[in-house]
Amino acid sequence: MSDLIFVLLILTGFVFLGSGRLQFSIRTLALQGILLGSIPFLGSLQGLMGRVTFIASMSLIIKGLILPYFLTRAMHRSKAMHEDHPYVGFTASMLVGIVCLGVSFWLTSRLPVIESKPSQMAIAVAFFNLFVGLFVIMSRRKALTQVLGYLVMENGAYIFGVAYAIEAPFLVEFGILLDVFVAVFVMGIMIFHISKSFDHIDTDQLSSLVE
Amino acid sequence: MLLIPSLALLTIGLIGSPFLLGVINRTKAISAGRKGKPLLQVYFDLIKLLRKDVVYSRTTTWIFRAGPIISLAGLVTGMLLMPHGGSPAILAFSGDFVLLFYLLGIGRFFIILAALDVGSSFEGMGASREALYSALTEPILFAVLVTLVRMTGELSLSAMIIKMSPDFWAGSAAALILLIVILFILLLTENSRIPIDDPNTHLELTMIHEVMVLDHSGPDFGLILYGSALKMWIFSALLTGLVIPLRSGIFWIDLPAFLAGMFLIAIGVGIVESTMARLRLLLVPRMLVGATAIVAVCIFLTLK
Repeated sequence: MSDLIFVLLILTGFVFLGSGRLQFSIRTLALQGILLGSIPFLGSLQGLMGRVTFIASMSLIIKGLILPYFLTRAMHRSKAMHEDHPYVGFTASMLVGIVCLGVSFWLTSRLPVIESKPSQMAIAVAFFNLFVGLFVIMSRRKALTQVLGYLVMENGAYIFGVAYAIEAPFLVEFGILLDVFVAVFVMGIMIFHISKSFDHIDTDQLSSLVE
Repeated sequence: MLLIPSLALLTIGLIGSPFLLGVINRTKAISAGRKGKPLLQVYFDLIKLLRKDVVYSRTTTWIFRAGPIISLAGLVTGMLLMPHGGSPAILAFSGDFVLLFYLLGIGRFFIILAALDVGSSFEGMGASREALYSALTEPILFAVLVTLVRMTGELSLSAMIIKMSPDFWAGSAAALILLIVILFILLLTENSRIPIDDPNTHLELTMIHEVMVLDHSGPDFGLILYGSALKMWIFSALLTGLVIPLRSGIFWIDLPAFLAGMFLIAIGVGIVESTMARLRLLLVPRMLVGATAIVAVCIFLTLK
């Protein structure tokens, strides 16, 4: 069952690479957040502690509902509905995604084997989402898509956390979640201001600001 | 003893394959609120076409005449290799799936050649598109088959399909579901259905398969029509083999299960066709690359 969730996490990564509609990308991200939030519930059903439940449900609410809401609002305000001319095309991005998948499974096989709780694939999926996020940040023009890429990267890091560091101190885990939340909040406001002053949110044209 | 059910199923396939197209058309008609053509309309069309005369252009050579015959011959031979649900194919040996899908490939190659032989630029365009999409689907198809080989440890299509029991399903559900999704996309692509191609458009600049066979007339066109029904049957049979993991070994249980699976797939194709629009031509490669990505996930799933 948790295998299925990790497969879905990989597939959302590919959807994210292959879609240019921002609304669709945001919904994919919301789905990814919900999937992430539900991993701890499946992984350690018998020893489900109150702390884990709390963190998982908080991240489910923040990543699955609140962040997508902010991002949708930022999208409507900046009137950027579509990633028009990415540096790397969508079809090519998906091919890069396949390579990333291969590299992440190879990396995982090179790592020392640790007893992994939810699924054998967790680490590979974590690497894959890190790579996808990084690639999206590099290859897309719109500031909003880059924020989405940052969030996918963060999701990858969160999978690591779920897989191995579920015993990590409560404060650290919760602090990271809060950081992400604030970061997206601030980025949403920034994007709105950029689009208000410059009529677009294309980052490659921001270099002409220098003066 | 095993041969009799296989022969029976082969006969059902050879006779019943046009019925699948009828089911698809009926599903589309019902969901559009129409009464629709008779379920046996494809048979009527075939009979009508076979009784007609043939017209050959003076610019064509023997390739044009041989195209439909070779294509149909490949498909009928392919039917011998295709297992139907629980009963094995008449011919089964290691690596028979390679032969099966390259027989289909030969058929397609000769249809493309025949289209080029006409010398019409319109048909040449269709031929080029057909070649492009088949080049994109072939690696996906073989990646699917390689995944199946890895999962089952069998090298022959019949043995692979027979191994699909409920227990096997429970063991690797995630990979199997993905494989079924990809095979369904491949079925739509290979049989030129919506969202990749629209089998009903005959004079449109965006069509793919139909444009190649515009100059075939009479019995020749009948052979092509029957061939496309057989191709639909082959792909649906492969998909049914995975979707319905009922292997009781008793012919009278396996047969209805298999036929029900085929029926369901035809209805599924009909529903997809009536709810989706044709994809823009440029989006088709993106979708096929997406399917490649899913196959890659499958392969990595079976690697561990």
